[in-house]
Amino acid sequence: MSSTRPSPATDDIPAVTVKGVTKRFGDTEVLQGIDLSVPTGATTCLIGPSGSGKSTLLRCIAFLEEATTGTILIHGDPLGFAEGPNGQRSRLSPQKIRAVRSRIGMVFQQFNLWPHMTALGNVCEALVTVRKMKRSEAEDLGMAQLSRVGLENRAGHYPSELSGGQQQRVAIARALALDPEILLFDEPTASLDPELTGEVLNVMRDLADSGMTLLVVTHEIGFAATVGRRIAFLDHGKLLLNGTPQELFGEPRHPRLGQFLETYLDRGAATLL
Amino acid sequence: MTLDFGLMLDKMPEILSGLWVTLWMWVVSTILGAALGFLVATARRYGPAAVNWFLKLCVEILRGTPFLVQLFLLYFGGPFVGLRLEPVPAGLIGLTIYASAYFSEIFRAGFQAVPRGHVEAAECVGLSRTQILRRIIAPEMTMLVLPQCVNMAIILIKETAILSIITVPEMTMVIGAIGSQQYAFVDAMFLLAIFYWVLVEICGFLGRLAEARLSKFRFAVS
Ligand SMILES: Nc1ncnc2c1ncn2[C@@H]1O[C@H](COP(=O)(O)OP(=O)(O)O)[C@@H](O)[C@H]1O
Ligand SMILES: [Mg+2]
Repeated sequence: MSSTRPSPATDDIPAVTVKGVTKRFGDTEVLQGIDLSVPTGATTCLIGPSGSGKSTLLRCIAFLEEATTGTILIHGDPLGFAEGPNGQRSRLSPQKIRAVRSRIGMVFQQFNLWPHMTALGNVCEALVTVRKMKRSEAEDLGMAQLSRVGLENRAGHYPSELSGGQQQRVAIARALALDPEILLFDEPTASLDPELTGEVLNVMRDLADSGMTLLVVTHEIGFAATVGRRIAFLDHGKLLLNGTPQELFGEPRHPRLGQFLETYLDRGAATLL
Repeated sequence: MTLDFGLMLDKMPEILSGLWVTLWMWVVSTILGAALGFLVATARRYGPAAVNWFLKLCVEILRGTPFLVQLFLLYFGGPFVGLRLEPVPAGLIGLTIYASAYFSEIFRAGFQAVPRGHVEAAECVGLSRTQILRRIIAPEMTMLVLPQCVNMAIILIKETAILSIITVPEMTMVIGAIGSQQYAFVDAMFLLAIFYWVLVEICGFLGRLAEARLSKFRFAVS
Protein backbone atom coordinates (compact mmCIF):
# COMPACT_ATOMS: atom_id res chain seq x y z
CA MET A 1 0.00 0.00 0.00
CA SER A 2 2.90 2.32 0.69
CA SER A 3 3.64 2.08 -3.03
CA THR A 4 0.74 4.46 -3.64
CA ARG A 5 2.60 7.11 -1.68
CA PRO A 6 4.37 9.68 -3.81
CA SER A 7 8.12 9.34 -3.77
CA PRO A 8 9.98 12.18 -2.04
CA ALA A 9 11.00 13.51 -5.43
CA THR A 10 7.35 14.23 -6.29
CA ASP A 11 6.58 15.81 -2.95
CA ASP A 12 6.70 19.27 -4.44
CA ILE A 13 3.61 18.32 -6.45
CA PRO A 14 0.69 19.53 -4.33
CA ALA A 15 -1.40 16.83 -2.71
CA VAL A 16 -4.49 18.49 -4.14
CA THR A 17 -4.67 20.99 -6.97
CA VAL A 18 -7.97 22.75 -7.56
CA LYS A 19 -8.12 24.66 -10.85
CA GLY A 20 -10.99 26.95 -11.76
CA VAL A 21 -13.60 24.88 -9.99
CA THR A 22 -17.17 26.12 -10.10
CA LYS A 23 -20.20 24.39 -8.69
CA ARG A 24 -23.80 25.26 -9.41
CA PHE A 25 -26.85 23.99 -7.61
CA GLY A 26 -29.64 24.99 -9.98
CA ASP A 27 -29.31 28.72 -10.45
CA THR A 28 -26.94 29.46 -7.61
CA GLU A 29 -23.23 29.33 -8.19
CA VAL A 30 -21.97 28.05 -4.86
CA LEU A 31 -18.31 27.91 -5.93
CA GLN A 32 -17.24 30.66 -8.29
CA GLY A 33 -13.92 29.61 -9.76
CA ILE A 34 -11.71 28.24 -7.00
CA ASP A 35 -7.96 27.86 -7.43
CA LEU A 36 -6.21 26.23 -4.52
CA SER A 37 -3.28 23.97 -3.95
CA VAL A 38 -2.89 21.89 -0.83
CA PRO A 39 0.77 21.24 0.01
CA THR A 40 1.88 17.70 0.74
CA GLY A 41 2.78 16.78 4.31
CA ALA A 42 1.17 19.79 5.95
CA THR A 43 -2.17 20.94 7.27
CA THR A 44 -4.29 23.37 5.31
CA CYS A 45 -7.30 24.87 7.03
CA LEU A 46 -10.33 26.11 5.16
CA ILE A 47 -12.28 28.75 7.03
CA GLY A 48 -15.15 31.02 6.19
CA PRO A 49 -18.68 31.99 7.11
CA SER A 50 -21.42 29.41 7.08
CA GLY A 51 -22.83 28.97 3.58
CA SER A 52 -19.64 30.21 1.90
CA GLY A 53 -19.12 26.87 0.14
CA LYS A 54 -16.52 25.17 2.33
CA SER A 55 -18.34 21.85 2.51
CA THR A 56 -19.13 21.95 -1.19
CA LEU A 57 -15.46 22.47 -2.06
CA LEU A 58 -14.39 19.65 0.24
CA ARG A 59 -17.10 17.39 -1.16
CA CYS A 60 -15.91 18.13 -4.69
CA ILE A 61 -12.40 17.10 -3.67
CA ALA A 62 -13.83 13.89 -2.15
CA PHE A 63 -15.83 13.47 -5.38
CA LEU A 64 -19.08 13.35 -3.41
CA GLU A 65 -20.12 16.26 -5.62
CA GLU A 66 -19.02 16.74 -9.18
CA ALA A 67 -17.62 20.17 -9.94
CA THR A 68 -19.63 21.90 -12.67
CA THR A 69 -16.46 23.11 -14.37
CA GLY A 70 -12.78 23.02 -13.54
CA THR A 71 -10.27 20.35 -12.64
CA ILE A 72 -9.12 18.68 -9.45
CA LEU A 73 -5.82 16.81 -9.35
CA ILE A 74 -4.71 14.42 -6.63
CA HIS A 75 -0.91 14.41 -6.65
CA GLY A 76 -1.17 15.36 -10.29
CA ASP A 77 -3.72 12.69 -11.24
CA PRO A 78 -7.10 13.93 -12.47
CA LEU A 79 -10.08 13.18 -10.24
CA GLY A 80 -13.25 12.17 -12.03
CA PHE A 81 -12.62 13.94 -15.30
CA ALA A 82 -9.71 14.08 -17.66
CA GLU A 83 -9.02 17.33 -19.43
CA GLY A 84 -8.52 17.08 -23.16
CA PRO A 85 -6.09 19.19 -25.19
CA ASN A 86 -8.77 21.80 -25.89
CA GLY A 87 -9.88 22.01 -22.29
CA GLN A 88 -12.96 19.80 -22.76
CA ARG A 89 -13.70 17.40 -19.92
CA SER A 90 -14.35 13.70 -20.33
CA ARG A 91 -15.45 11.40 -17.57
CA LEU A 92 -12.98 8.75 -16.44
CA SER A 93 -13.99 5.12 -16.05
CA PRO A 94 -15.51 4.11 -12.70
CA GLN A 95 -12.41 2.03 -11.88
CA LYS A 96 -10.09 4.96 -12.54
CA ILE A 97 -12.30 7.26 -10.50
CA ARG A 98 -12.30 4.81 -7.61
CA ALA A 99 -8.55 4.31 -7.82
CA VAL A 100 -7.90 8.04 -7.38
CA ARG A 101 -10.65 8.43 -4.78
CA SER A 102 -9.19 5.63 -2.69
CA ARG A 103 -6.17 7.85 -2.05
CA ILE A 104 -8.39 10.34 -0.20
CA GLY A 105 -9.84 9.84 3.25
CA MET A 106 -12.87 11.78 4.45
CA VAL A 107 -14.08 12.58 7.95
CA PHE A 108 -17.58 14.02 8.28
CA GLN A 109 -19.16 16.40 10.74
CA GLN A 110 -21.80 13.75 11.50
CA PHE A 111 -19.18 10.93 11.87
CA ASN A 112 -21.31 8.69 9.63
CA LEU A 113 -20.24 5.48 11.30
CA TRP A 114 -22.26 2.45 10.24
CA PRO A 115 -24.46 1.72 13.25
CA HIS A 116 -24.71 -2.03 12.66
CA MET A 117 -20.96 -2.57 12.91
CA THR A 118 -18.66 -2.32 15.90
CA ALA A 119 -15.86 0.24 16.03
CA LEU A 120 -13.46 -2.40 14.72
CA GLY A 121 -16.02 -3.51 12.12
CA ASN A 122 -16.27 0.04 10.83
CA VAL A 123 -12.50 0.32 10.55
CA CYS A 124 -12.08 -3.08 8.87
CA GLU A 125 -15.02 -2.97 6.46
CA ALA A 126 -13.23 -1.53 3.43
CA LEU A 127 -10.07 -3.52 4.14
CA VAL A 128 -12.09 -6.72 3.76
CA THR A 129 -14.65 -5.73 1.10
CA VAL A 130 -12.51 -3.46 -1.05
CA ARG A 131 -8.90 -4.41 -0.35
CA LYS A 132 -9.85 -8.13 -0.06
CA MET A 133 -7.74 -8.59 3.06
CA LYS A 134 -8.25 -11.62 5.25
CA ARG A 135 -10.51 -10.78 8.20
CA SER A 136 -7.75 -11.57 10.73
CA GLU A 137 -5.20 -9.42 8.92
CA ALA A 138 -7.71 -6.60 8.59
CA GLU A 139 -8.47 -6.81 12.29
CA ASP A 140 -4.81 -6.53 13.22
CA LEU A 141 -4.50 -3.46 11.05
CA GLY A 142 -7.80 -2.11 12.37
CA MET A 143 -6.67 -2.53 15.98
CA ALA A 144 -3.48 -0.66 15.17
CA GLN A 145 -5.53 2.23 13.77
CA LEU A 146 -7.83 2.21 16.79
CA SER A 147 -4.82 2.45 19.13
CA ARG A 148 -3.56 5.34 17.04
CA VAL A 149 -6.69 7.25 18.05
CA GLY A 150 -6.59 5.85 21.60
CA LEU A 151 -9.58 3.54 21.28
CA GLU A 152 -8.12 0.04 21.25
CA ASN A 153 -10.24 -0.79 24.31
CA ARG A 154 -13.46 0.22 22.54
CA ALA A 155 -13.02 -2.08 19.52
CA GLY A 156 -16.10 -4.17 20.28
CA HIS A 157 -18.43 -1.26 20.99
CA TYR A 158 -21.18 -0.21 18.63
CA PRO A 159 -21.35 3.48 17.65
CA SER A 160 -24.40 3.98 19.86
CA GLU A 161 -22.30 2.88 22.83
CA LEU A 162 -19.63 5.52 22.19
CA SER A 163 -19.51 9.22 22.95
CA GLY A 164 -19.48 11.69 20.05
CA GLY A 165 -15.77 12.28 20.45
CA GLN A 166 -15.07 8.55 20.44
CA GLN A 167 -17.26 8.08 17.37
CA GLN A 168 -15.35 10.76 15.52
CA ARG A 169 -12.04 9.14 16.49
CA VAL A 170 -13.32 5.81 15.14
CA ALA A 171 -14.27 7.62 11.93
CA ILE A 172 -10.71 8.96 11.72
CA ALA A 173 -9.32 5.45 12.30
CA ARG A 174 -11.61 4.16 9.55
CA ALA A 175 -10.19 6.70 7.12
CA LEU A 176 -6.60 6.05 8.26
CA ALA A 177 -6.94 2.28 7.78
CA LEU A 178 -6.85 2.73 4.01
CA ASP A 179 -3.57 4.62 4.27
CA PRO A 180 -4.79 7.70 2.39
CA GLU A 181 -2.44 10.32 0.97
CA ILE A 182 -4.78 13.09 2.05
CA LEU A 183 -7.30 13.30 4.87
CA LEU A 184 -10.23 15.68 4.44
CA PHE A 185 -12.14 16.89 7.50
CA ASP A 186 -15.47 18.70 7.27
CA GLU A 187 -16.01 20.48 10.59
CA PRO A 188 -15.03 17.36 12.54
CA THR A 189 -15.82 18.89 15.94
CA ALA A 190 -18.87 20.96 15.05
CA SER A 191 -21.42 18.45 16.32
CA LEU A 192 -19.52 17.64 19.52
CA ASP A 193 -20.08 18.96 23.02
CA PRO A 194 -17.34 21.49 23.83
CA GLU A 195 -15.66 19.19 26.34
CA LEU A 196 -15.28 16.49 23.67
CA THR A 197 -13.71 18.62 20.93
CA GLY A 198 -10.28 18.46 22.58
CA GLU A 199 -9.81 14.72 22.19
CA VAL A 200 -10.58 14.91 18.47
CA LEU A 201 -8.39 17.98 17.89
CA ASN A 202 -5.54 16.23 19.72
CA VAL A 203 -5.77 13.24 17.41
CA MET A 204 -5.73 15.59 14.42
CA ARG A 205 -2.75 17.46 15.87
CA ASP A 206 -0.87 14.15 16.18
CA LEU A 207 -1.66 13.33 12.57
CA ALA A 208 -0.43 16.74 11.47
CA ASP A 209 2.78 16.26 13.47
CA SER A 210 3.33 12.87 11.87
CA GLY A 211 3.49 14.59 8.48
CA MET A 212 0.12 13.62 7.04
CA THR A 213 -1.50 15.90 4.53
CA LEU A 214 -4.66 17.31 6.08
CA LEU A 215 -7.29 19.60 4.60
CA VAL A 216 -9.54 20.75 7.42
CA VAL A 217 -12.72 22.77 7.23
CA THR A 218 -13.06 24.16 10.71
CA HIS A 219 -14.52 26.82 12.92
CA GLU A 220 -11.82 26.11 15.50
CA ILE A 221 -9.78 29.20 14.70
CA GLY A 222 -7.30 28.38 17.45
CA PHE A 223 -6.60 25.01 15.86
CA ALA A 224 -6.28 26.62 12.42
CA ALA A 225 -3.84 29.22 13.74
CA THR A 226 -1.63 26.75 15.59
CA VAL A 227 -1.73 23.63 13.40
CA GLY A 228 -2.46 25.06 9.97
CA ARG A 229 0.50 25.67 7.72
CA ARG A 230 -1.78 27.34 5.20
CA ILE A 231 -5.11 29.04 5.78
CA ALA A 232 -7.64 29.50 3.01
CA PHE A 233 -10.52 31.91 3.58
CA LEU A 234 -13.63 31.29 1.55
CA ASP A 235 -16.35 33.92 1.26
CA HIS A 236 -19.46 33.75 -0.90
CA GLY A 237 -18.04 30.98 -3.06
CA LYS A 238 -14.76 32.77 -3.72
CA LEU A 239 -11.35 32.02 -2.29
CA LEU A 240 -10.67 35.46 -0.85
CA LEU A 241 -7.40 34.79 0.94
CA ASN A 242 -4.83 32.04 1.00
CA GLY A 243 -1.64 32.22 3.02
CA THR A 244 0.17 31.41 6.22
CA PRO A 245 -1.58 31.99 9.57
CA GLN A 246 0.72 34.97 10.16
CA GLU A 247 -0.21 36.52 6.84
CA LEU A 248 -3.95 36.07 7.40
CA PHE A 249 -4.35 36.61 11.11
CA GLY A 250 -1.65 39.22 11.61
CA GLU A 251 -2.23 42.94 11.05
CA PRO A 252 -3.32 44.43 8.77
CA ARG A 253 -6.22 42.06 8.35
CA HIS A 254 -8.46 41.81 5.33
CA PRO A 255 -11.71 43.55 6.32
CA ARG A 256 -13.94 40.55 5.45
CA LEU A 257 -11.71 38.21 7.43
CA GLY A 258 -11.69 40.72 10.29
CA GLN A 259 -15.48 40.78 10.26
CA PHE A 260 -15.60 36.98 10.21
CA LEU A 261 -13.13 36.66 13.07
CA GLU A 262 -15.11 39.16 15.17
CA THR A 263 -17.75 36.49 15.61
CA TYR A 264 -15.16 34.37 17.43
CA LEU A 265 -13.96 37.02 19.81
CA ASP A 266 -16.65 36.11 22.32
CA ARG A 267 -15.48 32.55 22.20
CA GLY A 268 -12.02 33.48 23.41
CA ALA A 269 -10.31 32.60 20.16
CA ALA A 270 -8.78 36.06 19.88
CA THR A 271 -6.31 35.19 22.61
CA LEU A 272 -4.98 32.39 20.42
CA LEU A 273 -4.16 34.64 17.50
CA MET B 1 -72.54 -22.07 23.84
CA THR B 2 -71.38 -25.51 24.87
CA LEU B 3 -67.64 -25.84 24.90
CA ASP B 4 -66.98 -29.52 24.32
CA PHE B 5 -63.24 -29.84 24.33
CA GLY B 6 -63.43 -33.60 24.68
CA LEU B 7 -65.00 -33.63 21.28
CA MET B 8 -62.27 -31.40 19.91
CA LEU B 9 -59.66 -33.68 21.44
CA ASP B 10 -60.88 -36.56 19.27
CA LYS B 11 -60.19 -34.41 16.23
CA MET B 12 -56.69 -33.46 17.40
CA PRO B 13 -54.80 -35.03 14.46
CA GLU B 14 -56.88 -33.03 11.97
CA ILE B 15 -56.54 -29.86 14.00
CA LEU B 16 -52.78 -30.29 14.27
CA SER B 17 -52.47 -30.86 10.55
CA GLY B 18 -54.50 -27.68 9.94
CA LEU B 19 -52.29 -25.80 12.35
CA TRP B 20 -49.24 -27.11 10.53
CA VAL B 21 -50.54 -25.98 7.13
CA THR B 22 -51.31 -22.53 8.54
CA LEU B 23 -47.87 -22.29 10.09
CA TRP B 24 -45.76 -23.31 7.14
CA MET B 25 -47.79 -21.37 4.61
CA TRP B 26 -47.54 -18.30 6.81
CA VAL B 27 -43.79 -18.61 7.34
CA VAL B 28 -43.02 -19.36 3.71
CA SER B 29 -45.23 -16.62 2.27
CA THR B 30 -43.86 -14.10 4.79
CA ILE B 31 -40.25 -14.91 3.88
CA LEU B 32 -40.90 -15.05 0.13
CA GLY B 33 -43.11 -11.96 0.32
CA ALA B 34 -40.42 -10.03 2.17
CA ALA B 35 -37.76 -11.16 -0.32
CA LEU B 36 -39.93 -10.25 -3.30
CA GLY B 37 -40.87 -6.97 -1.64
CA PHE B 38 -37.20 -6.17 -1.18
CA LEU B 39 -36.54 -6.85 -4.86
CA VAL B 40 -39.49 -4.68 -5.88
CA ALA B 41 -38.33 -1.84 -3.63
CA THR B 42 -34.78 -2.15 -4.96
CA ALA B 43 -35.92 -2.21 -8.59
CA ARG B 44 -38.15 0.80 -7.98
CA ARG B 45 -35.30 2.74 -6.39
CA TYR B 46 -32.44 1.84 -8.69
CA GLY B 47 -34.19 0.70 -11.88
CA PRO B 48 -35.36 2.78 -14.83
CA ALA B 49 -38.35 5.10 -14.43
CA ALA B 50 -40.60 2.80 -16.51
CA VAL B 51 -39.92 -0.12 -14.16
CA ASN B 52 -40.65 2.07 -11.16
CA TRP B 53 -43.90 3.24 -12.75
CA PHE B 54 -45.04 -0.27 -13.63
CA LEU B 55 -44.24 -1.70 -10.20
CA LYS B 56 -45.91 1.24 -8.51
CA LEU B 57 -49.09 0.46 -10.43
CA CYS B 58 -48.92 -3.23 -9.41
CA VAL B 59 -48.38 -2.29 -5.77
CA GLU B 60 -51.27 0.19 -5.86
CA ILE B 61 -53.61 -2.45 -7.30
CA LEU B 62 -52.55 -5.07 -4.77
CA ARG B 63 -52.94 -2.68 -1.88
CA GLY B 64 -56.17 -1.27 -3.21
CA THR B 65 -58.11 -4.52 -3.50
CA PRO B 66 -59.11 -7.10 -0.86
CA PHE B 67 -56.95 -10.20 -0.55
CA LEU B 68 -60.10 -12.31 -0.85
CA VAL B 69 -60.80 -10.86 -4.31
CA GLN B 70 -57.20 -11.30 -5.43
CA LEU B 71 -57.27 -14.93 -4.33
CA PHE B 72 -60.56 -15.58 -6.13
CA LEU B 73 -59.19 -14.05 -9.32
CA LEU B 74 -56.02 -16.14 -9.11
CA TYR B 75 -57.74 -19.44 -8.28
CA PHE B 76 -60.99 -19.23 -10.22
CA GLY B 77 -59.92 -16.71 -12.88
CA GLY B 78 -56.49 -18.28 -13.50
CA PRO B 79 -57.83 -21.21 -15.59
CA PHE B 80 -59.31 -18.73 -18.11
CA VAL B 81 -55.77 -17.63 -18.95
CA GLY B 82 -54.36 -21.15 -18.74
CA LEU B 83 -53.18 -20.90 -15.13
CA ARG B 84 -54.61 -23.91 -13.35
CA LEU B 85 -53.36 -24.16 -9.77
CA GLU B 86 -54.04 -26.51 -6.89
CA PRO B 87 -55.39 -24.78 -3.75
CA VAL B 88 -52.14 -24.87 -1.78
CA PRO B 89 -49.85 -23.44 -4.50
CA ALA B 90 -52.53 -20.91 -5.42
CA GLY B 91 -52.81 -19.83 -1.79
CA LEU B 92 -49.06 -19.64 -1.38
CA ILE B 93 -48.56 -17.61 -4.54
CA GLY B 94 -51.49 -15.34 -3.76
CA LEU B 95 -50.38 -14.66 -0.22
CA THR B 96 -46.76 -14.10 -1.25
CA ILE B 97 -47.69 -11.58 -3.94
CA TYR B 98 -50.14 -9.83 -1.62
CA ALA B 99 -47.47 -9.66 1.10
CA SER B 100 -44.78 -8.44 -1.28
CA ALA B 101 -46.78 -5.32 -2.12
CA TYR B 102 -46.86 -4.24 1.52
CA PHE B 103 -43.28 -5.32 2.21
CA SER B 104 -42.08 -3.33 -0.79
CA GLU B 105 -43.63 -0.19 0.68
CA ILE B 106 -42.00 -0.91 4.04
CA PHE B 107 -38.60 -1.34 2.39
CA ARG B 108 -39.10 1.72 0.22
CA ALA B 109 -39.53 3.84 3.33
CA GLY B 110 -36.54 1.99 4.81
CA PHE B 111 -34.34 2.96 1.88
CA GLN B 112 -35.23 6.58 2.44
CA ALA B 113 -34.53 6.32 6.16
CA VAL B 114 -30.88 5.25 5.73
CA PRO B 115 -28.91 8.47 6.22
CA ARG B 116 -27.27 9.73 3.03
CA GLY B 117 -24.04 10.26 4.97
CA HIS B 118 -23.71 6.57 5.77
CA VAL B 119 -23.75 5.83 2.04
CA GLU B 120 -21.30 8.65 1.34
CA ALA B 121 -18.92 7.30 3.97
CA ALA B 122 -19.03 3.95 2.19
CA GLU B 123 -18.41 5.59 -1.19
CA CYS B 124 -15.42 7.39 0.28
CA VAL B 125 -13.76 4.14 1.40
CA GLY B 126 -14.30 2.65 -2.05
CA LEU B 127 -17.28 0.31 -1.69
CA SER B 128 -19.03 -0.31 -5.00
CA ARG B 129 -22.75 0.30 -5.46
CA THR B 130 -23.69 -3.33 -4.92
CA GLN B 131 -21.35 -3.61 -1.93
CA ILE B 132 -23.00 -0.53 -0.42
CA LEU B 133 -26.43 -2.05 -0.96
CA ARG B 134 -25.41 -5.39 0.54
CA ARG B 135 -23.14 -4.26 3.36
CA ILE B 136 -24.60 -0.92 4.44
CA ILE B 137 -28.09 -0.15 3.15
CA ALA B 138 -29.73 -3.58 3.47
CA PRO B 139 -28.62 -4.27 7.06
CA GLU B 140 -29.28 -0.72 8.25
CA MET B 141 -32.67 -0.72 6.63
CA THR B 142 -33.54 -4.11 8.10
CA MET B 143 -33.10 -2.86 11.61
CA LEU B 144 -35.04 0.30 10.84
CA VAL B 145 -38.03 -1.55 9.39
CA LEU B 146 -38.05 -4.56 11.72
CA PRO B 147 -41.06 -3.36 13.76
CA GLN B 148 -43.13 -2.81 10.60
CA CYS B 149 -42.07 -6.22 9.26
CA VAL B 150 -43.21 -7.91 12.47
CA ASN B 151 -46.46 -6.03 12.19
CA MET B 152 -46.89 -7.22 8.62
CA ALA B 153 -46.15 -10.82 9.63
CA ILE B 154 -48.92 -10.55 12.23
CA ILE B 155 -51.36 -9.26 9.64
CA LEU B 156 -50.38 -12.11 7.32
CA ILE B 157 -51.02 -14.83 9.87
CA LYS B 158 -54.58 -13.62 10.13
CA GLU B 159 -54.89 -13.37 6.35
CA THR B 160 -54.07 -17.10 6.06
CA ALA B 161 -57.63 -17.73 7.30
CA ILE B 162 -58.90 -16.47 3.94
CA LEU B 163 -57.10 -19.36 2.21
CA SER B 164 -59.94 -21.60 3.52
CA ILE B 165 -62.17 -20.02 0.87
CA ILE B 166 -60.24 -21.85 -1.87
CA THR B 167 -60.21 -25.07 0.22
CA VAL B 168 -56.64 -24.89 1.48
CA PRO B 169 -56.76 -27.35 4.41
CA GLU B 170 -55.47 -24.85 6.96
CA MET B 171 -56.65 -24.18 10.48
CA THR B 172 -59.78 -22.18 9.72
CA MET B 173 -61.04 -24.69 7.20
CA VAL B 174 -60.32 -27.73 9.38
CA ILE B 175 -61.74 -26.32 12.58
CA GLY B 176 -64.66 -24.71 10.76
CA ALA B 177 -65.52 -28.04 9.18
CA ILE B 178 -65.34 -29.84 12.51
CA GLY B 179 -67.56 -27.19 14.02
CA SER B 180 -70.19 -27.60 11.32
CA GLN B 181 -70.17 -31.41 11.52
CA GLN B 182 -70.55 -31.30 15.28
CA TYR B 183 -73.08 -28.47 15.31
CA ALA B 184 -70.65 -26.53 17.52
CA PHE B 185 -69.66 -23.78 15.14
CA VAL B 186 -69.30 -21.07 17.77
CA ASP B 187 -67.14 -23.26 19.99
CA ALA B 188 -64.95 -24.05 17.02
CA MET B 189 -64.57 -20.40 16.11
CA PHE B 190 -63.73 -19.60 19.72
CA LEU B 191 -61.02 -22.22 19.70
CA LEU B 192 -59.79 -20.87 16.39
CA ALA B 193 -59.59 -17.34 17.76
CA ILE B 194 -57.44 -18.60 20.61
CA PHE B 195 -55.11 -20.40 18.20
CA TYR B 196 -54.57 -17.29 16.08
CA TRP B 197 -54.15 -15.09 19.10
CA VAL B 198 -51.47 -17.39 20.56
CA LEU B 199 -49.63 -17.42 17.22
CA VAL B 200 -49.79 -13.62 17.03
CA GLU B 201 -48.46 -13.32 20.58
CA ILE B 202 -45.59 -15.70 19.79
CA CYS B 203 -44.77 -13.72 16.66
CA GLY B 204 -44.88 -10.45 18.58
CA PHE B 205 -42.66 -11.92 21.28
CA LEU B 206 -40.06 -13.10 18.75
CA GLY B 207 -40.19 -9.68 17.11
CA ARG B 208 -39.57 -7.92 20.41
CA LEU B 209 -36.72 -10.31 21.14
CA ALA B 210 -35.11 -9.51 17.79
CA GLU B 211 -35.64 -5.80 18.31
CA ALA B 212 -34.01 -5.95 21.73
CA ARG B 213 -31.01 -7.71 20.25
CA LEU B 214 -30.73 -5.08 17.54
CA SER B 215 -31.44 -2.13 19.81
CA LYS B 216 -27.85 -1.46 20.70
CA PHE B 217 -27.14 -0.45 17.14
CA ARG B 218 -30.51 0.90 16.23
CA PHE B 219 -30.24 4.36 17.66
CA ALA B 220 -26.70 5.36 16.93
CA VAL B 221 -26.41 9.06 17.58
CA SER B 222 -25.25 10.92 14.54
N1 LIG C 1 -27.14 19.80 -2.46
C1 LIG C 1 -27.37 21.13 -2.49
N2 LIG C 1 -28.38 21.65 -3.22
C2 LIG C 1 -28.62 22.96 -3.24
N3 LIG C 1 -27.89 23.88 -2.60
C3 LIG C 1 -26.87 23.43 -1.85
C4 LIG C 1 -26.56 22.05 -1.74
N4 LIG C 1 -25.49 21.91 -0.94
C5 LIG C 1 -25.15 23.16 -0.54
N5 LIG C 1 -25.97 24.07 -1.08
C6 LIG C 1 -25.88 25.52 -0.90
O1 LIG C 1 -24.58 25.92 -1.19
C7 LIG C 1 -24.14 26.94 -0.30
C8 LIG C 1 -22.84 26.56 0.33
O2 LIG C 1 -23.07 25.45 1.18
P1 LIG C 1 -21.90 24.74 1.97
O3 LIG C 1 -20.85 24.33 1.03
O4 LIG C 1 -22.52 23.68 2.79
O5 LIG C 1 -21.37 25.92 2.89
P2 LIG C 1 -20.49 25.84 4.20
O6 LIG C 1 -19.99 24.46 4.37
O7 LIG C 1 -19.41 26.84 3.97
O8 LIG C 1 -21.37 26.26 5.32
C9 LIG C 1 -25.25 27.17 0.68
O9 LIG C 1 -25.97 28.31 0.29
C10 LIG C 1 -26.10 25.94 0.55
O10 LIG C 1 -27.44 26.23 0.79
MG1 LIG D 1 -20.35 23.05 5.91
